[in-house]
Amino acid sequence: MDELLRIDDLELKVGARTILNGFHFVLHRGEKAVMFGPNGAGKSSLIYAILGYPGYQVTRGKIFFQGRDITELPTNERVKLGLGVSFQNPPAIRGIKLSEMLNVCRPGISPDEAARRAAELNLTDFLARDINLGFSGGEVKRSELLQIIAQQPALALFDEPDSGVDLENVELLGRRINAYLKDNSGLIITHQGYILNFIEVTRACVLYDGRVVCSGDPKGILEDIRQKGYEGCVKCRVRKNDEK
Amino acid sequence: MRSEKEQQLSELPENVKESALLVGVDPSEQERSGSFFQVDQNVLCARSVQPGVEVLSTEAALRQYGGLKEYFWQAVDPTKDEFTRAAAAESVPKGYFIRTAPGVETIYPLQACLYIGKEGMAQKVHNVIIAEEGSHLHIITGCTIDTHIKSGLHIGVSEFFVKKNASVTFTMVHNWAEEVEVRPRTVAHVAEGGTFITNYVCLKPVKMLQLYPTVHLNGRGARVVANSVVYGRKDSVIDTGFRAFLKAEGTSAENIARAVATDRAKIIARGHMIGEVPGIKAHIECRGLVLSKAASIHAIPELEAKRENLEMSHEAAVGKIAEKEILYLMARGLSADEATAAIIRGFLNVDLTGLPAKLKKEIDKIMAMELAI
Repeated sequence: MDELLRIDDLELKVGARTILNGFHFVLHRGEKAVMFGPNGAGKSSLIYAILGYPGYQVTRGKIFFQGRDITELPTNERVKLGLGVSFQNPPAIRGIKLSEMLNVCRPGISPDEAARRAAELNLTDFLARDINLGFSGGEVKRSELLQIIAQQPALALFDEPDSGVDLENVELLGRRINAYLKDNSGLIITHQGYILNFIEVTRACVLYDGRVVCSGDPKGILEDIRQKGYEGCVKCRVRKNDEK
Repeated sequence: MRSEKEQQLSELPENVKESALLVGVDPSEQERSGSFFQVDQNVLCARSVQPGVEVLSTEAALRQYGGLKEYFWQAVDPTKDEFTRAAAAESVPKGYFIRTAPGVETIYPLQACLYIGKEGMAQKVHNVIIAEEGSHLHIITGCTIDTHIKSGLHIGVSEFFVKKNASVTFTMVHNWAEEVEVRPRTVAHVAEGGTFITNYVCLKPVKMLQLYPTVHLNGRGARVVANSVVYGRKDSVIDTGFRAFLKAEGTSAENIARAVATDRAKIIARGHMIGEVPGIKAHIECRGLVLSKAASIHAIPELEAKRENLEMSHEAAVGKIAEKEILYLMARGLSADEATAAIIRGFLNVDLTGLPAKLKKEIDKIMAMELAI
């Protein structure tokens, strides 16, 4: 399998604070991975670092995407190479409609296709609305997914796709993300993991203390976290690592 | 009703036609119920193709209607300032007279273009617009200038009379140059059940623009909606405003203003609502973006409640573009500059009220062209 995303020995700072340190991660084409981690572990910061948001300073290490070093590229250049993100809390922008956002995600998308895709996510009435303005939690997440579906990135990053979403919407979202990921690669970042009841992922990782502390079978890892909490899970994995 | 002038707008020089198109005036006159075109102080055409809709030069209307005693200088005070005095001093007043007969509705909008074609020209116009009882009138007015011209003065007196249960939708697009001074002086009277909608768009640099249209809601249930979209660039000084006197029960006034200031532009955005009787509603919404260090916006919303039991409110917000909005668009593939331009376009994209679909499309097109930064 060829490498889609490779992050080598990353040290990430936000202001004076070190968020990631010695962070290694590789994702191959076709993989659907999930990154677990407690609140504040730096999961969202990882996404902003992959995207190259200002303020997320890579002070050591490199990020490669499809074999190319993107560590210094501006955000839009990275996106053009095939990165797509479903944001956790995207801003509302007055005067820019969801339909226009779809046209930014995929220039020239036909109105018919946009309408069809929106209907699949119960977003028909939202196409003519200002993006995220007055959207509920579930509506924001469905609109983010709709933009990913329009964009068809080589790698889609989902930042907490189920946070602030009611149970009914989590199922709808989960099933749609799962359908999308059938033919695509993705990395899902989640604190709770409930949405994974509806998404088949191929691998799970745990982000703790600024780095990936374990990686493996998603069901087993999620089970560990559910039973023992993150600290318990990490102890077990660290012990296993020590045994090696 | 046909008037005295019959010059074909399609025969105008190409550069004039292009400038006219940019302010919403279509020289092919397709889907227009009538046209008025004035270059400097010369009226080239004034005609209507719809029965019950009159388009005349003000000069002809004064002649035909015995001086228009009920209307001419009845809304605007000729002694108000040096600009109204200058307009009043014209021995032969220029500008247009537009009137819809009782119950008539314009099938297509009427268009009027006021064009400055000579360097340093002082253009003075005096317009009278009357919607008789139960009639509905749509006008788009474009004021613009030859592309080679840098300086000039435009004084525009406009008097509107919206009669009982009538409506006027007046959309004005301004397109000036860096050394042009502009002084519109507009007053409207709206009778019972009448509606006056005014949309104002100015996206090009100007030396000094000062306008403060004033609307008197005189009859029960009369309504005004005033939208303005102003983009201040270079050294423009733009003092815009809107004022409404709510003088009868059940009247309502809404003022929505968007202002963007960049380079060294200064924009003053005024709004003044005066509630004189109980049971009225007034709202001012002003949003501004300041995009450069040397630019400024001064928002002055004023509410004056002179009786009990009124509903008057305002919201004003002036600031910069939020970086997270730019980043969000960059995360969808736009460059920082493209994202900024898209946000400005979106910010200025007020839903101009009451426009026929075709006219709305034309205005959207003008905005898109002018804001392709």
